[in-house]
Amino acid sequence: MNDLDDLYREIILDHYKNPRNQGILEGPAVHAEEGFNPLCGDEVKIYVKIEGDIVTDIKITGQGCSISRSSASLMSQAIKGCSIEEVKALVSRFKRMIAVEEVQGEPEPVDLREFGELAALQGVVKFPVRIKCATLPWNTLMLALDGAQAG
Amino acid sequence: MASVEVTNLANELRKDFPIFADIRNSRPFYYLDSAASSQRPMSVLDTMDRYYRHSHANVHRGVYGLAEEATGIYEAARRHLGRFIGARDPAHEIVFTKNATEALNLVAQGLGRVLLKPESHILLTEMEHHANLVPWMILQEQIGFSIDYLPFDAEGLLVLENLDALLERADILGVTLMSNVLGTLNPVSMLSRKAHEHGALVVADGAQFVPHFQTDVDQLGVDCLAITGHKMLAPTGIGALWARSEILEAMQPFLGGGEMISDVRLDGFTPNEIPHKFEAGTPPIAEAAGWDAALDYLETVGMEAISNHDRALTSYAISQLQDRLDERIKIFGPSDITKRGGVLSFELADVHPHDVAQVLDQHGVCVRAGHHCAKPLMRELGVGATARASFYLYNDEADVDALVEALLDAYRMFHS
Repeated sequence: MNDLDDLYREIILDHYKNPRNQGILEGPAVHAEEGFNPLCGDEVKIYVKIEGDIVTDIKITGQGCSISRSSASLMSQAIKGCSIEEVKALVSRFKRMIAVEEVQGEPEPVDLREFGELAALQGVVKFPVRIKCATLPWNTLMLALDGAQAG
Repeated sequence: MASVEVTNLANELRKDFPIFADIRNSRPFYYLDSAASSQRPMSVLDTMDRYYRHSHANVHRGVYGLAEEATGIYEAARRHLGRFIGARDPAHEIVFTKNATEALNLVAQGLGRVLLKPESHILLTEMEHHANLVPWMILQEQIGFSIDYLPFDAEGLLVLENLDALLERADILGVTLMSNVLGTLNPVSMLSRKAHEHGALVVADGAQFVPHFQTDVDQLGVDCLAITGHKMLAPTGIGALWARSEILEAMQPFLGGGEMISDVRLDGFTPNEIPHKFEAGTPPIAEAAGWDAALDYLETVGMEAISNHDRALTSYAISQLQDRLDERIKIFGPSDITKRGGVLSFELADVHPHDVAQVLDQHGVCVRAGHHCAKPLMRELGVGATARASFYLYNDEADVDALVEALLDAYRMFHS
């Protein structure tokens, strides 16, 4: 598989063409945040519905490239029904998978099996400019969760 | 469209540009991003190297021979640039800056602060680069005047219906000579004439135009012109503002420091003569020398030959893209080839420009993808981003052919 095929795997293209959880949410339990990638003009808005400490629903609007759109779509599938703590742990593991977080000493091996379909985004590590596309929805999600926890 | 023969210009000139022979480019290399930054010929690199090896000292300070030599080189570059754009007083009407962006900030702060009041209006266009928008917005926050905008139509041409009414209340018209996204060549001579009838000054952004077309500030009728070196074979880190000397005289200093003063006391300062009163601190001397050499190179090739070459190649690119990709591609900007320069923004059906650029890179084709520092324009087009190919004197049909093949591959990849 060449690097480009590794970047544009079938799952990525599928989630780009048919993004899941598109739309908006309304109501008192909903928190929304917008994220922008000033480099390329990608925009995403993420709505999360939080009941207790569980993310019971998530919807996404915006525009962007295949990497940011599919990353948002895959993320929405992965986190629905998870607790806020579980989501935060996943965000951290996801960023480690795509080599965003600095790892002290020996890098901890990442078991791609635990990521399910999200592992398809790992090909982005060979394209440093595109890592920001992949992380945009995740960073925006974190802002929404922080907003929810702040009240 | 009848096929237009592209001149052999590129074949002859490419050997002058070391990057095209670079070892890293043993893989295919099709450079179609000169609107972002051009490449440099050997003569520019040699000139800068020679300057540092044999002639460097600070300018306008030392009385020793070497300092005089450096000053001579720097001032010669200023006069050359002035002559290149048809300035009447080349020695006094060119202010060296960091880039065209700084030149526009200098006009906003130096001229705008003198001219504008809270009740004033200025007129800009919706196709301006951020560099001709944000400096005015910053000044607006400081002073509180109003900004009107000239819109553009589906062809990417300025809509001039309300021009007279808008100019009537405007003190300044800010307009790009050539859009960095649409490629549109704006009718600036006519706009300047109208602006002056209504008593408005014209600030032109020449970053895209000057590298590609014979430029004559008198013929354009503009009052200020921002230029950058790195899009016209010169080094990065140097640009210039040209303005008529009486305007430079009226402008307030912008950046303060050494060199821009004639006297400093503890209770104030007296600014230097023009153009030095706008050049605070040690200027980009080697870069000015490099720009001088770049102007020599452009003059030897001939600006008319360059614009003809750009036009022939743009025309070839449009016809190839339309023939081979038909309804799968949408090209922005004027369909009339005489109303555009060598910049082609496009959208490939259902493939985001970032993905287009990524696949193109795999083919060795370098294009720009994004909002091109013109977000209001992109909103007007109804897109978040476009891909953009741009041409210069070293490009030829092979670059366009590689672009077309790579686009077909990108389309296939996303529609399998």
